[in-house]
Amino acid sequence: MRYLPKSPADREAMLKAIGARSVDELFAPIPPEYRLERDLTIPRQMAESEIVDFFRQRSRENAEGYTSFLGAGAYSHYRPVIIDSLISRGEFLTAYTPYQAEISQGTLQSIFEFQTMICELTGMEVANASMYDGSTAAAEAVMMAVRLNGRRGVVVARSLHPEYREVLATYATHQGMPVSVAGFDQDGRINLQELEKAIGPETACVLIQSPNFFGTIEDVNAIAAIAHQRGAMLVVSIAEAVSLGIVEPPREADIIAMEAQSFGVPLGFGGPYCGVIATREKFVRQMPGRLVGQTVDKQGRRGFVLTLATREQHIRREKATSNICTNQALVALMVNIFMTVYGKVGLKELAKQNLAKTAYAAGQFAKHGKVLFSGAPRFNEFVVATSEDPHAINSRLLGHKIVGGLPLKKFYPELGNAALWCCTELTTRSAIDTAVGLVAESERSVRSAKEEVEEVAR
Amino acid sequence: MKDRIRKATRQVNQNEGLIFEKSSAGKAAWKLPPLDVPDVDSGKLLGSAERKDLGAMPEVSEIEIIRHFTRLSTWNYAIDLGMYPLGSCTMKYNPRVNEAVARVEGIANGHPYQPEKVSQGALRIIQTLSECLIEITGMDAITLQPAAGAHGEMTGLLMVRAYHQSKGNARKKILIPDSAHGTNPATAAMVNYAVENLKSDARGMVDIGALEAQMNEDVAALMLTNPNTLGVFEQDIHKIADILHAKGGLLYMDGANMNALVGKVRPGDFGVDLMHLNLHKTFSTPHGGGGPGSGPVAIRKILEPFLPKPVLAAKADGTLTFDYDRPQSVGRVRAFYGNFGMFVRALAYIQANGPDGLRQTTEDAVLNANYIRKGLEGVFDLPYTTPSMHEVVFSDKTQAKKGVRTMDIAKRLIDYGFHPYTTAFPLIVPGALMIEPTESEPKEELDLFIDAMKSIAAEVEEDPQTVLDAPHSTRVSRLDETAAARKPVLRWKPAS
Repeated sequence: MRYLPKSPADREAMLKAIGARSVDELFAPIPPEYRLERDLTIPRQMAESEIVDFFRQRSRENAEGYTSFLGAGAYSHYRPVIIDSLISRGEFLTAYTPYQAEISQGTLQSIFEFQTMICELTGMEVANASMYDGSTAAAEAVMMAVRLNGRRGVVVARSLHPEYREVLATYATHQGMPVSVAGFDQDGRINLQELEKAIGPETACVLIQSPNFFGTIEDVNAIAAIAHQRGAMLVVSIAEAVSLGIVEPPREADIIAMEAQSFGVPLGFGGPYCGVIATREKFVRQMPGRLVGQTVDKQGRRGFVLTLATREQHIRREKATSNICTNQALVALMVNIFMTVYGKVGLKELAKQNLAKTAYAAGQFAKHGKVLFSGAPRFNEFVVATSEDPHAINSRLLGHKIVGGLPLKKFYPELGNAALWCCTELTTRSAIDTAVGLVAESERSVRSAKEEVEEVAR
Repeated sequence: MKDRIRKATRQVNQNEGLIFEKSSAGKAAWKLPPLDVPDVDSGKLLGSAERKDLGAMPEVSEIEIIRHFTRLSTWNYAIDLGMYPLGSCTMKYNPRVNEAVARVEGIANGHPYQPEKVSQGALRIIQTLSECLIEITGMDAITLQPAAGAHGEMTGLLMVRAYHQSKGNARKKILIPDSAHGTNPATAAMVNYAVENLKSDARGMVDIGALEAQMNEDVAALMLTNPNTLGVFEQDIHKIADILHAKGGLLYMDGANMNALVGKVRPGDFGVDLMHLNLHKTFSTPHGGGGPGSGPVAIRKILEPFLPKPVLAAKADGTLTFDYDRPQSVGRVRAFYGNFGMFVRALAYIQANGPDGLRQTTEDAVLNANYIRKGLEGVFDLPYTTPSMHEVVFSDKTQAKKGVRTMDIAKRLIDYGFHPYTTAFPLIVPGALMIEPTESEPKEELDLFIDAMKSIAAEVEEDPQTVLDAPHSTRVSRLDETAAARKPVLRWKPAS
């Protein structure tokens, strides 16, 4: 086996040193009746070339070479080449969690820079080293708000990513945290009257997403005012990190739960991604997850360590703020490098291109179909309502190697034949025009079929 | 003293400030293509939601970024540099073909919501890995959704709760041995179960008498690591399972130490009802400085209705699909389907090994641990003499007489060119030195490690101060953690 660095002679010598006759002797503690006396029924040992072939084959069965209009919590942005060059360095890739600070300064300093940039972008004062993803970050942020606020209820926007809502429901069930939902308005934003009514004396926090699941930017100021007036905290989930380049961050939030996948992390069929929680300094001791802090060594030199560990499971056990241990460090490094590459000016320009592509696409779709929620500003997603079931349109688009927008009926039956479309800096005008063309064709054929029916009826 | 160190030599190492300290206006590492659609006035589109300024975000060039992170990387220890004997962490070789196949286009760029018709490749990977892990654990079904080990524990306990609930009583508490990982009790709390400690016997195993006394209809499950954190196989495992099952409880196995078992024995065959695996330990996906992980949960048939949704299913024509219609499911524990990129790597690892390779891997892991145990017996105190599987736990009892504790020895090990072992864990061994070499170490590296440990033990006798002041050869000496926690500085700030 090519990963095993021992010759038969080495093994012999080692067994002799131990004083064992055979390796089986070392497994004597396992009662014989449970020992597996056969080969595992799994694929036989394969050569590297066979493994590569296997996965290339799977790749061809997996929309290789398609253009996609999918977003909905997982975004296709360009990944600068140097991200993979740098994260492939073994000293980053094959290092453990940096508990031994003296030989982990590389990882620790890079997390410190990550925390700093997340703070700058979100307008918060502290950020942690990462969470599993945006959905669990949102659920953990809500639990954090419950600990801080002392009340137990949560009001969640229906325009929060539906799968994030499902994850929150799972986490909340056994914490005795009642969850209620506030719907959305004609403009796609949260219905403020419903929100006001939903917040009661037991509401610990309100959880919204902005830009929300429909791509609409919420009026965070107004929502924060309503929540705070009633003694509830505001947790804002951000699923599309690139929006922070051009959309004002929710500075009035008490906690921000982010998905940073957009910053240089491959789509990877849904993971691994990079959740982050950011908040105010005064709340830091209730924050879950690892934190890196600056300090000095015995000679007074600057250095970095994992800090405030008394919040964490390995110290506090059942009294910890969360059970989280392994997080997403290497993915956070991708995010860190991405933020460094684009920086202060590039992130803004990048976000602006997303805005322009989306404005163009929404405008074109509006000529032929109905674009919902146009009363409020949006970032890079929009909802198109069609006469025909979007699944049918999408299956024709697949013939052009285009993956159309996400049909919403599964999550929002009330929206009927609607689909969520996303454009990023990678979406070409020609792909937009092709997709718009097929939607227009669908509308025309539905219309003429309807006319035919009416003709016959007359 | 220095000439005792054979594995490492000091060399010039680059200094590097924070990236923000290199920033100046007008430098850039990015270039966007020209827009092929009309430009927009963002102020007009966004109104008051438009962001004007990105604060202290850096402005640097590409070469500076390359040098910045490359320099930082050289300040890290890594498996690629040498042995990483962290007990319970299974720091094994991370094969590079795993990284290559995870980056093949359709795999790296697949969108989680693309139609199933054009996702069969990804679904096939999930199915194949699931089948392999079910066979390896001897269980009946699996979910790959949890993002890490602790997340798997939570998922598992959610299923335990749902199972008991379906029988009319969710029960109140989880039994956890005093040798357990900290995540176990923290997880029980997240699922709103009380934690009851279970003590270990003189062999370092579950005290069967105590278990019998504590087991009753309020206990939902026992969370057991096997081999436990002492590296000891729980020989009475089936008796443990029987005691639990007799009172309707479930046996949860923390699979952190599965590297001692793969291909040799299957938890499903010795009475385990459910368990999580750590793909980033046993199945070679890289730790990456603290993640990403992946924590699949394998279960017995009785728990299948409660699996998180969606569940992978095959249609009549053989195509794969996600089944969302799972009325008894515990729900979702994560958006999408889990850390898919880690599934790809774990499957590539299993394929590279095959059944013979996996068995040999386990044998070598156990061989290495026992070789170290033999090499250091008598030099360091061995609090439990029960046979070791894949890791061995010593204590600092002998060295403590000279005022040198496990952490000091660990820090001195850094000067010798090794990453420290795990210190101060498990909690049942005061001053623990918990050593897990994994199968990835050649005999030469193990011999160097044994020599280094012996040499440090000699230093403790001759010159304890050298050990107490270690490390001596790193960029920074021991850091002031108390100050870091008392007045936290968690971000860089521009000089005002």
